[in-house]
Amino acid sequence: MAHRWINDLTAEDATPFSAYMNRRQIMAGLAGLGLGAIAAPAAALAPAGDLTPNSWEEITTYNNFYEFGTDKGDPARYADQLTTSPWSVTIDGMVDRPGAYDFATIMDRMTMEERIYRLRCVEAWSMVVPWNGFELADLLNLAGVQDGARFVAFETLNRPEEMPGLRSPILQWPYVEGLRLDEAMHPLTIMATGIYGKTIPNQNGAPMRLVVPWKYGYKSIKSVVRITLTDTQPPTSWNRYSSREYGFYSNVNPNVDHPRWSQAQERRIGGGLFSRKQPTLMFNGYEEEVAALYDGMDLAEYH
Amino acid sequence: MTAWTWPNITDRPVNWLNAQLRRLPVWALYAAGGAWPAILLYMGATGGLGVEPITALEHELGKSALNLLVFGLAITPLRRFFGLNLMRFRRAIGVIAFAYVGFHLLVWLVLDVQSPALIWADIVKRPYVTVGMAGFLLLSPLAATSNNWSVRRLGAAAWRRLHRLVYPAVLVAALHFMILVKGFPVEPLIYLAVIVVLLLLRLDRRAVAWRAGGLPRPR
Ligand code: HEM
Repeated sequence: MAHRWINDLTAEDATPFSAYMNRRQIMAGLAGLGLGAIAAPAAALAPAGDLTPNSWEEITTYNNFYEFGTDKGDPARYADQLTTSPWSVTIDGMVDRPGAYDFATIMDRMTMEERIYRLRCVEAWSMVVPWNGFELADLLNLAGVQDGARFVAFETLNRPEEMPGLRSPILQWPYVEGLRLDEAMHPLTIMATGIYGKTIPNQNGAPMRLVVPWKYGYKSIKSVVRITLTDTQPPTSWNRYSSREYGFYSNVNPNVDHPRWSQAQERRIGGGLFSRKQPTLMFNGYEEEVAALYDGMDLAEYH
Repeated sequence: MTAWTWPNITDRPVNWLNAQLRRLPVWALYAAGGAWPAILLYMGATGGLGVEPITALEHELGKSALNLLVFGLAITPLRRFFGLNLMRFRRAIGVIAFAYVGFHLLVWLVLDVQSPALIWADIVKRPYVTVGMAGFLLLSPLAATSNNWSVRRLGAAAWRRLHRLVYPAVLVAALHFMILVKGFPVEPLIYLAVIVVLLLLRLDRRAVAWRAGGLPRPR
């Protein structure tokens, strides 16, 4: 059941290269003004409503994908080693038709859509990304979710020969994530296979990655090889590393502070050296669509 | 034409190196040290530090400061174990390291946090910022007394005692690095290990001197 959610942005908004060029010119102009500008205190916050997508360069060179290294540039540097074809996703657990689903077969069966979403990292930066992909619900229905399933567990590829970051014990590998079933079936939740109409680059989670726009970016697990339906809450990588810092839900919430970063504001990538911060929106701006999922829950306790 | 031979030095290549280093004026170090943040700032303003230059600049300066602090700690052991004499440059290295910490702090204040209300909140609430500030405060009196006048004023012994603050300061800096990274801190632990070794080398000078073949074995 695709097309259950309509962008508040249209394809016309995704004119990245001109917007990108403009921004570059502004930045160059700032540089020309000299370094005196550094002394000017940045006061006002930038507006949060701007949904101009980030440029291809921004989206594909500034990534957190620790399987390729912890530096933001490492994924773009090393991910070209990754073999993404052939690729299959094992869907198992409480489903009617468990098995290894070939990526090409999945692509044939799914309805592709463009979704222009905000992406909010827990490190207090953000982007707007024009994804191409399909609703996760459609994929789960392909496998047939059984009654009694309440959670969905995801797993990233674990292939040290091609993923140099896996040689460091930064996290317990493989990377795993999880959603409650209703979150997974929500029309906003997609599996992305493209950006700007092009095949998704390896550093962004090729060939197929989850996108849950109202949660911090680390929930949107990349290069998925396994999806398991369960009746118990699955472990998630960052929660396992530090449950105090990273909750299972990890909904974007400007009122619940993270011990390392204030979550009240964020910096949109692309603003250059003098970029102003902007206020972070509840559920990353998708409150209307998803708040009902958490009715009656203490969002500070279940952070 | 005669074949090239070692320059006329009596024993080891390190002496040749020391001779070359004696020709390097200290101001050259200050010039290079001063140029680096300017280059970074220029790169940040023109796209050379990637699409998020604020954090990149903050990280580059923090890393440069830590590298110089570690290098400063290595100068005494390098002389003791390898005969490499960099003593002339030690003050400059310390002063430049402190300047980088200052720029690092300035980038944080002006470009990163931006709002004055959040500055104090971050200092008291974010352990890695608190620890970073402690490092800055520990280094401040050292930077302020890194001049001949202060050495004379304080007297060499008191001055040397004061400057032992660099040991806790570097440990604090390593701790700052360790608690700010996400995940298992591989790189910060390497830094910490190097720092601990460099500090341990100072612990028992007699044992060290013995290993170098100078003193009789301590008992
Ligand atoms: C002894 C002085 C200090 C040293 C040697 C130092 C060194 C470092 C290093 C090595 C990094 C990590 C760079 C990287 O990951 O590549 C860093 C990051 C950082 N430091 Fe410092 N620092 C010092 C003091 C401070 C102070 C006084 C503040 C602010 C009050 C501060 C704020 C930060 C921030 C905000 C980050 C980035 C954290 C992040 O990206 O999440 N540091 N510092």
